[in-house]
Amino acid sequence: MTQPLLEVEDLHVEFRTRDGVAKVLNGVSYHVSAGETLAVLGESGSGKSVTAQTIMGILDMPPAFITKGTIKFRGEDLLTKSADERRDVRGEGIAMIFQDALSALNPVFTVGFQIEEQLRVRRGMSKADARKRAVELLDQVKIPNAKGRVSDYPHQFSGGMRQRAMIAMSLALDPELLIADEPTTALDVTVQAQIMDLLAEIQKERDMGMILITHDLGVVADVADRISVMYAGRIVEHADVYELFRAPGHPYTESLLESLPRLDQKGQELKTIKGLPPSLTNIPSGCPFHPRCPRAFDRCPTEVPAVHNLGMGRTSRCHIAEEVVARG
Amino acid sequence: MGRYVLRRLLQLIPVFLGTTFLIYALVWAIPQDPFAGKCGQRPCDPSYIAEMSEKLNLNDPLLIQYFKYLGNLLTGDFGTTFNGVSVGEQIATSWPITLKMGIIALIIEALIGITAGVLTGLRKQGFLDNLVLVSTLFLISLPVFVTGFVLRLYLGPQGFDWIDTSVSSDPSIGELILPGFVLGSLSMAYVARLTRTSIVENRRADYVRTAIAKGQPTTRVVGVHLLRNSLIPVITFLGTDLGSLLGGAIVTEGVFNINGIGGLIFRGIQEKEGVMVTGIVTLLVLVYLLMSLLVDLLYAVLDPRIRYE
Ligand SMILES: Nc1ncnc2c1ncn2[C@@H]1O[C@H](COP(=O)(O)OP(=O)(O)OP(=O)(O)O)[C@@H](O)[C@H]1O
Ligand code: SF4
Ligand SMILES: [Mg+2]
Repeated sequence: MTQPLLEVEDLHVEFRTRDGVAKVLNGVSYHVSAGETLAVLGESGSGKSVTAQTIMGILDMPPAFITKGTIKFRGEDLLTKSADERRDVRGEGIAMIFQDALSALNPVFTVGFQIEEQLRVRRGMSKADARKRAVELLDQVKIPNAKGRVSDYPHQFSGGMRQRAMIAMSLALDPELLIADEPTTALDVTVQAQIMDLLAEIQKERDMGMILITHDLGVVADVADRISVMYAGRIVEHADVYELFRAPGHPYTESLLESLPRLDQKGQELKTIKGLPPSLTNIPSGCPFHPRCPRAFDRCPTEVPAVHNLGMGRTSRCHIAEEVVARG
Repeated sequence: MGRYVLRRLLQLIPVFLGTTFLIYALVWAIPQDPFAGKCGQRPCDPSYIAEMSEKLNLNDPLLIQYFKYLGNLLTGDFGTTFNGVSVGEQIATSWPITLKMGIIALIIEALIGITAGVLTGLRKQGFLDNLVLVSTLFLISLPVFVTGFVLRLYLGPQGFDWIDTSVSSDPSIGELILPGFVLGSLSMAYVARLTRTSIVENRRADYVRTAIAKGQPTTRVVGVHLLRNSLIPVITFLGTDLGSLLGGAIVTEGVFNINGIGGLIFRGIQEKEGVMVTGIVTLLVLVYLLMSLLVDLLYAVLDPRIRYE
């Protein structure tokens, strides 16, 4: 097997604040290869963004502390690199786009300036060349009249166009891996689909690796190759998209799938996952999902489930993973 | 934008007329006898009164007087004092001195204030932060004449004798640095605090995170992305502050014996020289108005989200 582009191993991150220590990541492991899209799924607060920020090296430290783990990019551990080396990786090796493009773009600079800045500062391009390239990039993300709009300010763009501009900016240095943190959550449903299509298309065209963070299972099915499901700072299930939808291997994934609206169940009430996400300052003992798990049994509150290998790279952190997956 | 500027300029006219008329009225309509005490112990000679009244249009209704005065101003004629000294000439020698000192004060308060604000805003709760917090509190609570007096005393020949604190009648820029510092010290403290607050507010902003995620060097993240946004309120403050500095120069000028417009106004008021007072105050009003216009325009340049149609 060829080496993955990015390999996160047993990542632990905690936030030390006045209210105590929040153990936000408790052993996250996932990997992405070139040309592959990994969807990271999970409820709000499960640590999807923190994982991404740790990979990018844009975590606020303090209050965040990385207490354990490795992040290998092209085989080299990023966490042991110097600040300058890490900065070189950002944008060039790994780029990131954010949920709210309006606040993520600088309001006082034109969209063109913010794209050109990458090319000029990082690549030493001349002003004229950078402008030309910025227009090309805006064109690639299908912004109509790119030449005219390159000198517009972010607030002059519509929500969808702004996210497109953000994508164009992230592509400026031809990254090998793109992390998209809920890139469509802030948008209208129709625009959401367009942006997802664009991302999928660009990913294919450039043979990039992509990490797509979302809590929307519906988005995932079309775009992703594999899925990592996060719960309380751990990956609880990891599977091929098709496999996961066919037969979830973890009760939490099962609940997520059941909470998804389906055409054949029209009219029926949607099932939601009962209970609240766990408090990260006081994570439940044993399997952290046990207070909400419909299948919990006596071992669950006391024993931390090991990673169960379900074959074909599929894993689940549940005592009865085999049973769960066989049922589906 | 062009139309906006034109509209704002037109708006200035009634404001200018209103304020200057008010000043004119305050100076000329309220004291009953403008000639009281003008001719030593004795009452003034009727022929002198007649001549001056004619010259100052005192026999006209107030509004007519005012417009005649304004008409003269427009031709550059500031009039004369009761003993025939040209007010225009007096202003011409004093005005540049005060203006120079005001600009020096503005530059000093901007440089030191912004630097201190940025440094402390970036690393909250360090030694530097406490130092700046305490020293700005000190500057804000001390009256300017105390700051000026103390600095003059300790830095000058009577104290440590580090610098020559005397200011000549036609002062050079070097001589005006210490007075400029004193004049700007209060605003400098405000600028430092305003910048600090603004930096603290913006440093966690999403666009700053984006700039870091782009792999931009820290100097650019701070110097371009963070600073450009954080300085918007600071620059607006600095813009409107020039007017206040010129108006407030009177105390500093007194402490350092500077021959500026502060002294002129002071003497003008003391000696009831209405022509002098109205002339200078009109100029100050003009500076205020122009600076506030400039600030409004600057605001649109600094923050593109603000657009005037
Ligand atoms: N700067 C911070 N200080 C303290 N706690 C933080 C900080 N940033 C994140 N956290 C905590 O880390 C946990 C995980 O946050 P994260 O943003 O990764 O969640 P997420 O899975 O991305 O959720 P969402 O779907 O809402 O984006 C949350 O409980 C959050 O409160
Ligand atoms: S280990 Fe137990 S509580 Fe946890 S998911 Fe499996 S069955 Fe549910
Ligand atoms: Mg998030």
